[in-house]
Amino acid sequence: MEKISFDQLQEELFYEKMDNGLDVYILPKKGFNKTYATFTTKYGSIDNHFNPPGKEDFVKVPDGIAHFLEHKLFEKEDGDVFQQFSRQGASANAFTSFTRTAYLFSSTSNVDKNLITLIDFVQDPYFTEKTVEKEKGIIGQEITMYDDNPDWRLYFGLIQNMYQHHPVKIDIAGTIDSIAAINKDMLYECYNTFYHPSNMLLFIVGPVDADQMMTMVRDNQSKKEYAAKSDIERRFEEEPTGVAETKQVMKMNVQTSKCLVGIKAPNTQLSGNEMLKTELSTNVMLDILFGKSSDNYTKLYGEGLIDETFSYDYTLEQGFGFAVLGGDTGEPDKLADQLKQMLFEGKEGKAFTEERLEQAKKKKIGAFMRAVNSPEYIANQFTRYTFNDMNLFDVVPTLENITLENVRDIAEQLISEDRLTVCQVVPKQS
Amino acid sequence: MAVVTEMVKEMQGFNLHIVKTSKYKTNTIVWKMKAPLEREAVTERALLPHVLQSSSASHPTTAKLRSYLDNLYGASLFVDVAKKGEYQVISFSIEIANEKFLSDHTPLLEKAFELLSNIILKPNAANGTFDKDTVEKEKRTLKQRIQAVFDDKMRYSNFRLVQEMCEGEPYALPINGEIEAVDNITEKSLFEYYKQALSEDELDLFVIGDVEEAEVQKIASSLFSFQPRTPKQTTRSAVKKIDGAKEIKEQQDIKQGKLNIGYRTNTIYGDSDYSALQVFNGIFGGFSHSKLFHNVREKASLAYYAASRLESHKGLLMVMSGIEFKNYELAVKIINEQMEAMKAGDFTDNEIEQTKAVIENQILETIDTARGMVELLYHNVVAENKISIDDWLQGMRAATKEDIVKAAEKVELDTVYFLTGLEAGE
Repeated sequence: MEKISFDQLQEELFYEKMDNGLDVYILPKKGFNKTYATFTTKYGSIDNHFNPPGKEDFVKVPDGIAHFLEHKLFEKEDGDVFQQFSRQGASANAFTSFTRTAYLFSSTSNVDKNLITLIDFVQDPYFTEKTVEKEKGIIGQEITMYDDNPDWRLYFGLIQNMYQHHPVKIDIAGTIDSIAAINKDMLYECYNTFYHPSNMLLFIVGPVDADQMMTMVRDNQSKKEYAAKSDIERRFEEEPTGVAETKQVMKMNVQTSKCLVGIKAPNTQLSGNEMLKTELSTNVMLDILFGKSSDNYTKLYGEGLIDETFSYDYTLEQGFGFAVLGGDTGEPDKLADQLKQMLFEGKEGKAFTEERLEQAKKKKIGAFMRAVNSPEYIANQFTRYTFNDMNLFDVVPTLENITLENVRDIAEQLISEDRLTVCQVVPKQS
Repeated sequence: MAVVTEMVKEMQGFNLHIVKTSKYKTNTIVWKMKAPLEREAVTERALLPHVLQSSSASHPTTAKLRSYLDNLYGASLFVDVAKKGEYQVISFSIEIANEKFLSDHTPLLEKAFELLSNIILKPNAANGTFDKDTVEKEKRTLKQRIQAVFDDKMRYSNFRLVQEMCEGEPYALPINGEIEAVDNITEKSLFEYYKQALSEDELDLFVIGDVEEAEVQKIASSLFSFQPRTPKQTTRSAVKKIDGAKEIKEQQDIKQGKLNIGYRTNTIYGDSDYSALQVFNGIFGGFSHSKLFHNVREKASLAYYAASRLESHKGLLMVMSGIEFKNYELAVKIINEQMEAMKAGDFTDNEIEQTKAVIENQILETIDTARGMVELLYHNVVAENKISIDDWLQGMRAATKEDIVKAAEKVELDTVYFLTGLEAGE
């Protein structure tokens, strides 16, 4: 077991790679009641075209299958795992994103038992035709719930505008039609491809004894047999740099319009420090241009074009990335025009001053301190960073090193007419 | 050892609550103002904190104020207006980095206190009126906030249920106020209301973090001082006599039906049988092992979510689920059956133990976050109680099956609300 210290933050992290390839991290947190653990596979909604182990050909699987699999892992021959967790005083959950599927629990008692329950249920799939069919009704209602949610529709509409081929444009839960095709054999095939321990990471944070926990995990894993690790081959079509559509307007049953502007990231084949620096510099740039202390925000709020729902965000993963900004508005076209204009003015660089840069960096450092109070944030973000060969605890030093030149370069590369798109939700009647 | 050690001190016109803990990398300060929910004031009260947080005399524009916060290592400042039973509670929260974890060791806590006192006591105002421009902008945002409930169907159906079941009671008032009342508010009338609120509201200051109690007390007493007051109380809502449950159906252009069912629990926070009611709710619908999740979702495959929650201070129990329009009758039938099972004591010791374990876990997790801790401690202010979290947990663990059934027997169906589609398939 390896120990990694972070002196400034006064944290210690323990790490070990198991013989079967599983990465295990433990971050002891004194004073907390709760232990939180995530067991995550590097497998999400975008991984729909791959070569299953031992097969010759690549397969394409139905949209929404990673999320479907997440639901089905909770069901076992003798009932559902939620029951077992709650008997042990834990609350359990799971989520599927574009690139990850995470299973988790939190508990303030029976931590050892709960951890073993978590590992064992994820490593012991039980799929039958009957339970697969039953789940289609439940997930169908999850899909219709999102269909009625204008913010979700707007966000996915924007991604669909940006991407021509990349599967990030597929709704994570799929559609009622796409999930109808899912059967138990497909689930096993996905499971066998992506749930090998060498594609997974276990993160435990809470008032725990790292030595004892690590020994427990090691014992548990050594009893299970796995085939030797093999590289997972995924296939993605070539994605052009420009957007697929420059504008989309959706009519929905809403009273207030919504408008988002998206920018498709130009360079997404990044990992490690380069990726971390790009991600943080982009966030700093957006803060300088659109934060609540910016001239742009003051102008938009003052003119009544935005309200408190206005936000901006940057997502970057290997193979795709985008900046998103906007919110509710009375004048969606005017807001779209203004935001675009502000982006191009921003690119000219007048707003990028040392003073504004320092301010944005301080703000981000403080936000990071708040975030590391949260065991959920640490476990989920650490996992995401590690899957991209970055280290969560490099955030503050990397932020401190961002220069005006970095911010200017980012703006110069990112902001370009052919990578901009607009998505709006407007009221149906009128 | 107690799970939370709270020091409460009576100050000039307000109470100071300090929880000293070293588990966070930040310090949290929350200022709360409580007054009865009243139609005449609900909208002004919803607007006031947003006007106060948007600028102050020392930082007269939002951009200046926010720049100052950014430079204080991104101190977060936000306001919130919430219903706690029939009270409307305003909160101002500041969370600021503890300089111990920064390479720059400039003390930050006192600066956060000063900022909070500037926002609350030295607003951007002159000659008995707030800054006109600020008030106009925030009125516009308030209208958008009020309207936003219509576009989120889950929130909307819950809002409509409460409106129907509590018709005529203050609790039915929308927390963000009424859209028709916004235009009548002026920068002068709002300032008058602000003065009144500061002189009449019940005021509480919470400080959570790695702080010195004596130092916090000294800073707080130098920055905040008010006339003593006797806070206004609401009378415990008389037990509503239910004359047959109401059924309300409303049609909208939507894809998924939203079923919301409201009950009167006839038990509120502070009552001796309140912990039994909590366990009841946990077995019935509070968790993913509960009867609702198991029967509506796992067994009948009707829904993605089916859950219940309590409004502790008002004595309401609310069930919510998203279903296909055509499954309305079936879902209502299954939910009714679960309620009948609870009243008949049709649940096992295992379910009781499981539920108690999960409730305890939930409480202990809540106090791992500073804001969660404040919300939990504030229950005592609202209910005028002095139950420590430890005593509360002990009481909950002691609830017997008989207690739970008794609490269940007091629960009465009030209103069934269904938001359905335009071509409702019945």
